[in-house]
Amino acid sequence: MDAGRRDVLKAGGGTALLTLLAAAGWLKPGEAQAAWNAAAFETHSLDATVKALGGGSAAASKDIAFVSTPDIAENGAVVPIGISSSIPKTESIAILVEKNPNMLAAVFDIPPGTEPAVTTRIKMGQSSNVYALVKADGKFHVASKEIKVTLGGCGG
Amino acid sequence: MADPMKIRANLAGDTTEVKVLMSHEMETGQRKDAQGKVIPAWFIQNVTATWNGKTVLSAEWGPAIAKNPFLSFRFKGGARGDKVQVNWVDNRGDKRSDEATIA
Repeated sequence: MDAGRRDVLKAGGGTALLTLLAAAGWLKPGEAQAAWNAAAFETHSLDATVKALGGGSAAASKDIAFVSTPDIAENGAVVPIGISSSIPKTESIAILVEKNPNMLAAVFDIPPGTEPAVTTRIKMGQSSNVYALVKADGKFHVASKEIKVTLGGCGG
Repeated sequence: MADPMKIRANLAGDTTEVKVLMSHEMETGQRKDAQGKVIPAWFIQNVTATWNGKTVLSAEWGPAIAKNPFLSFRFKGGARGDKVQVNWVDNRGDKRSDEATIA
């Protein structure tokens, strides 16, 4: 078994194998970064994401607003999302896209002194609900907005 | 080493608005190349912004952030001439750090 593997490595012809090895190599630094919550980025439902971020469940809130966010995005590869929270003691803001392969797009930690409002651009595979998940004073709050996408951003 | 970020920091009243444009592929790991092989994911995982050594924003990103990511946020404080520094680290361990002066 070992000899066979060495031969393959020596031959070096297996581009796919090399790619795999390289991919394995790239994963290592990612895993070493303790600050990146891999489990949370692999969730497929709102509840699971809230759990992975350390909460129980999220309550719907009217104090979270989507700013400069379109109702219809022409290009799913670049969808501007702005979220602002008027909940006191906002600690973090997360962006979730319901129908993306993995729901969680980003988590922003808001230290005291920084306004609980962030703007960024995300990718959306198809029309979907987008959730703004806000952690404030240890509790999770959520608001959602449906964004229609006319051209997906995850296709190949 | 990746291309530099474009950072703009503007003071308005007592808040500083920071806008950052990063240069990164942000490959999702979902796409396939012409041979049908999956293109490995390659994306920025951690972003931190500091002002005078104090963290004013930190973020964890997934591959669903758009290519050449844009980010804007505001923080209280800051004075003209202060430096705002933004750092990112991607899932390959590449890093980039740039700073801008508050105007």
